[in-house]
Amino acid sequence: MTRDPLGRAPLLILVPAALAVVVLLLPLVVMVGSTDLPGLLDQLRTETARQALWLSVSTSTVAMLIALVLGLPLAWVLARLRFRGRSLLRALIVVPMVLPPVVAGIALRTAFGRSGTIGEPLLDATGFAFPYTTWGVVLAHVFVAMPFVVISIEGALRAAGSEYDAAAATLGASRWTTFRRVTVPLALPGIVAGMVLGWARSLGEFGATITFNGNYPGTTQTMPTLIYVTRQADTDAALALSLVMLVVSVSVLFALRERWLGVGTT
Amino acid sequence: MSGLEVDVTVPGRVTVALTAEPGEVLAVIGPNGAGKTSLLGAVAGLVAAEGTVRLNGRELGPLPVRERGVGVVFQDKLLFPHLSALENVAFGLRSSGVPRPEARATALQWLDRLGIGELAGRRPKELSGGQAQRVAIARALAQHPDVLLLDEPFAGLDVGVAAGLRIELTRHLASYDGITLLVTHDAIDALTLADRVLVIDDGVVAQVGTPGDVAARPRTEHVARLVGLNVIRQGDVFRCFAPGAVTVSLARPEGSARNLWRGTVLSAAPHGDAIRLLVAAGPELIADVTPVATRELGLEPGREVWLSVKETAVDTYSLTPEEPDKVRP
Repeated sequence: MTRDPLGRAPLLILVPAALAVVVLLLPLVVMVGSTDLPGLLDQLRTETARQALWLSVSTSTVAMLIALVLGLPLAWVLARLRFRGRSLLRALIVVPMVLPPVVAGIALRTAFGRSGTIGEPLLDATGFAFPYTTWGVVLAHVFVAMPFVVISIEGALRAAGSEYDAAAATLGASRWTTFRRVTVPLALPGIVAGMVLGWARSLGEFGATITFNGNYPGTTQTMPTLIYVTRQADTDAALALSLVMLVVSVSVLFALRERWLGVGTT
Repeated sequence: MSGLEVDVTVPGRVTVALTAEPGEVLAVIGPNGAGKTSLLGAVAGLVAAEGTVRLNGRELGPLPVRERGVGVVFQDKLLFPHLSALENVAFGLRSSGVPRPEARATALQWLDRLGIGELAGRRPKELSGGQAQRVAIARALAQHPDVLLLDEPFAGLDVGVAAGLRIELTRHLASYDGITLLVTHDAIDALTLADRVLVIDDGVVAQVGTPGDVAARPRTEHVARLVGLNVIRQGDVFRCFAPGAVTVSLARPEGSARNLWRGTVLSAAPHGDAIRLLVAAGPELIADVTPVATRELGLEPGREVWLSVKETAVDTYSLTPEEPDKVRP
């Protein structure tokens, strides 16, 4: 460490900072250390594990895309339009963020369950019901992940500044053109960060998914639910599956950071 | 009628009525916070205003910004950072439906006209301040607005760069047949670029006239300072005199008591061959003294001095331009 011209960093800051690192990294390091690699590969060869991993990745990706398609416009409305009740709306849409996921699952059941307020008419009209289907998993993921997407994209849109929108308007651009050619490109790093956040939240989703959809291999059993049920019978297998999750999340995060999040720049 | 007729109030900021003919360059001058930028915002439609803005007989008030035909060069330039200089200039043309190749060709012509054609592929952050300002001007002019609003176009540029760009802009504005409103706090911009000058002070119009008229007979302390004159308002008349005409002494001078002030030196700074004093003497007055006199009289900030001016050195004119403009006492 080079000498800081402003003086040494105080121990009262350095010690808690070091503790924070320990708390965050120690469990992961120990987990990696106590997994045996052959067992890991065995686990990956099982049909259930592959199904669950595929289901996790695919539902998270679809959920993230849906959250983007719906969430980006909502973020724009919150960042750019002035209307009564905007603060209230913003407060309400982040509720799923702080809600215990199992409560989110119950709420989804009440609305979209087979006898739910929307679920029942939907079932009568189309014969389709969300619970216990892969689309139910996606719905649960969207519900819990979209607030993260909306809030972080809204922040990015605000930071990108509405004065560029004004400049585009003086050049004759419609609001849609401005959105497409100015607002979104300027906020792109923040939008991607929001997508990553939403994807990660969705990948780890457990409570709402299992409450709303149960745990059926191949249909609704994602990695977190598989790990949970495996742990009850076979701790080593659960450990191996957990490591797979860790590797998938970390590699996606790093791939995107290199490309989009501008690591090293401020 | 053709031309621009503005009669607007931006609540809490500015109330202005003005007219401008096609081809005319109207400078809007005034101190910081006088409401100049609010006025531009009201004309462009970016700031909510009461009143009317009529362009060639058409009321702009109900129109959204993009349909007003008003081009803006913003003080912060606001070049789109993710687009090249060329794409920035082509942006307006593309938005109005010009096909891409044609828009780019036209944009390149504008960049060439402003002498920066070879920088077409650069992003704004790879341009110097003067180059970026040229791109901003090209971007605003490329779609032939009926009104061009320039907000402090030379702010933040090096003195030499600003001088060069000012000369160039004179040429471009001469060949532009629309109306130009140029907001500035710099007297040189107003005097060199404008056909007429509108002085705003404290949210209202203080003076309108030709650059020569405004410079010779300022009606606000701000403009007087900018052009290096003292102006004092006494009832309905203004009394104006040059800082070189002021005599500075430590003791109360003999003779006429009419143009006599006692005050404290606020600052002393070189100005050409002289030292220019700013003196708090009721009104704040400026006086030029020789460096020798400055040293001999000890004219430092805080010094108490007497200022006097011969009546023959004072130009007196009335508040209302309709009246015979020179009132000799």
